[in-house]
Amino acid sequence: MSKRVQLSPRKKGERAAAYVFSLPAALLLVAFMVVPVIYTVYYSVFQYQVMRPNDISFVGLANYVKLLADSDFWLALKNTVYFTIIVVPTQCVLALALAMLVAKKFRGVSVFRTMYFSPQLTSMVVISVLWTVLYNSNPNTGLINSLLVGLGMDPINFLSNPKTAMNAIIFMSAWQGAGYQMMIFLAGLQGIPGEQYEAADVDGASPWQRFLYVTLPNLKGTIIYVITITMIQAMKLFTQPYVMTQGGPENATKTMVYYIYTEGFQKGNFGYACSAAAVFFVIVVAMSLIMQKITADK
Amino acid sequence: MLKSKKASAFMGKFLFYFGNIVIGIIFVSPLIWMISASLKPEALVFANMNSISTFLPAQASLDNYFEVFRRIDMVNVFKNTILYIALILVFDLVINSICGYALAKFDFRGKGAIMTLVVALMVMPMEAILLPLYIEMSQLGWVNTLQALVVPFIAKCFSIYMFQNFFRDIPNDLLEAASIDGSHPIGTFFKIVMPISKTVYATVFILDFVAHWNDFMWPFLVMTGEDKRTIQLAVQSFFSTSPVHYSAIMASLVVSAIPMIIMFVFMQKYYVEGIASSGIKG
Repeated sequence: MSKRVQLSPRKKGERAAAYVFSLPAALLLVAFMVVPVIYTVYYSVFQYQVMRPNDISFVGLANYVKLLADSDFWLALKNTVYFTIIVVPTQCVLALALAMLVAKKFRGVSVFRTMYFSPQLTSMVVISVLWTVLYNSNPNTGLINSLLVGLGMDPINFLSNPKTAMNAIIFMSAWQGAGYQMMIFLAGLQGIPGEQYEAADVDGASPWQRFLYVTLPNLKGTIIYVITITMIQAMKLFTQPYVMTQGGPENATKTMVYYIYTEGFQKGNFGYACSAAAVFFVIVVAMSLIMQKITADK
Repeated sequence: MLKSKKASAFMGKFLFYFGNIVIGIIFVSPLIWMISASLKPEALVFANMNSISTFLPAQASLDNYFEVFRRIDMVNVFKNTILYIALILVFDLVINSICGYALAKFDFRGKGAIMTLVVALMVMPMEAILLPLYIEMSQLGWVNTLQALVVPFIAKCFSIYMFQNFFRDIPNDLLEAASIDGSHPIGTFFKIVMPISKTVYATVFILDFVAHWNDFMWPFLVMTGEDKRTIQLAVQSFFSTSPVHYSAIMASLVVSAIPMIIMFVFMQKYYVEGIASSGIKG
């Protein structure tokens, strides 16, 4: 952009308009996002209890030291990472499979698309309440267990067994979320030039080869994007364990956000909870930066 | 030869439909069960669990819905929810669109900084800043008020980004022409740009409507008064309020989903495009 000594009247009007237009949003972002970020870090080096707001004392890194020594924190981190590592591939593969099922136009295609998308039409709270009932361990009241028993299997204590509770939440979350990613994949699939598939057919490619050598390479950007948003979403897991298991049994579904909530809002240790929030923040941001780096490298 | 090829094509088509139908049923059956249970008398909710008839309400009635409206002050809950979302959306659509427009079409000092801010904050997990945000709200005296639900969530990086992306493609010639005709840039935006940008407004509207309709954690933290509850809070607490009637609980879930379904029916195109375009451009 060349430097202009004198601005034309239009440019002058534009400059004023630019500030009138951009400042309200910018100021709100600063007030309700940037300032809280700074305060998260600030409070994290203080002893600050909600019940005693006037009794704030600087404690340096003591909160962080305590945090890293707290086995509950490590368990919450482990649970969050476990959920993310399992749910992201499950949900993304499921979403891609669904998208491929309904990518082509055929009679009834919109009905099937709507069916796969339908869990998205209800909220996570609704889904969590519904599945708590569906997961009931008694086969006479829990739909899923009645199905298992009907198939000759033993009923499973889905939500009351620490070994299965998180997996139950993972299965439900993948079911609920896949429709959303399916829509993104659909757009990606429709953007693949038809000639590439024709060329593959001329070469006598099998359906698997078509998928491997035409579909996947063309979808690379979409796949990375979908993985990124699913990962960030997964790291924030809170509603499902809050509604379904209250973090239990035996803290098996207690996640990072749940831990921050418990420490900060239930126990009132704001300063300490802020140190956990700061660690959580760094992990999520680092993760998305790594994914951005991968996107840039592709 | 030709016959067998035809037969295998038919077989493939059959399997394709069969697969879609089976998976489709797996996807919708929990929701069908929810609706069916909401129409049954409480005593029959868990009857015949091992047969297909569990998905069919034999003695359908709306009694459970009456129970929900009797036990939850639904009018108030809906009023709280719709009012807060409406307020957010009005400000959201205006403030974020003008910001997106400034970033797309104007040159000004600080543009780079705002752009960086928007991109950087886009990946920020709100959950990480809820504690200080809550303190901010309580210092402002906003806990349990509408302001706490609305004001912090007006500016949205993703909305700004969507608007900026859309406005970038508006031809400069159009804006130049307006300015030659003596239109001020602000007037040009409201009179010329806004009317031709309905699709992006519709898209941001539906995406943000859905996000706030579904939001649980923030309202749960700042709206502790029973009469201040939003729909998700009401549904969640009804789940554990005695007497626990599962048929009525299912009815409450259906009630909370109805506005979403109506929105989806009317704005499906924008909703789906909004989800899809985020992937292409992002």
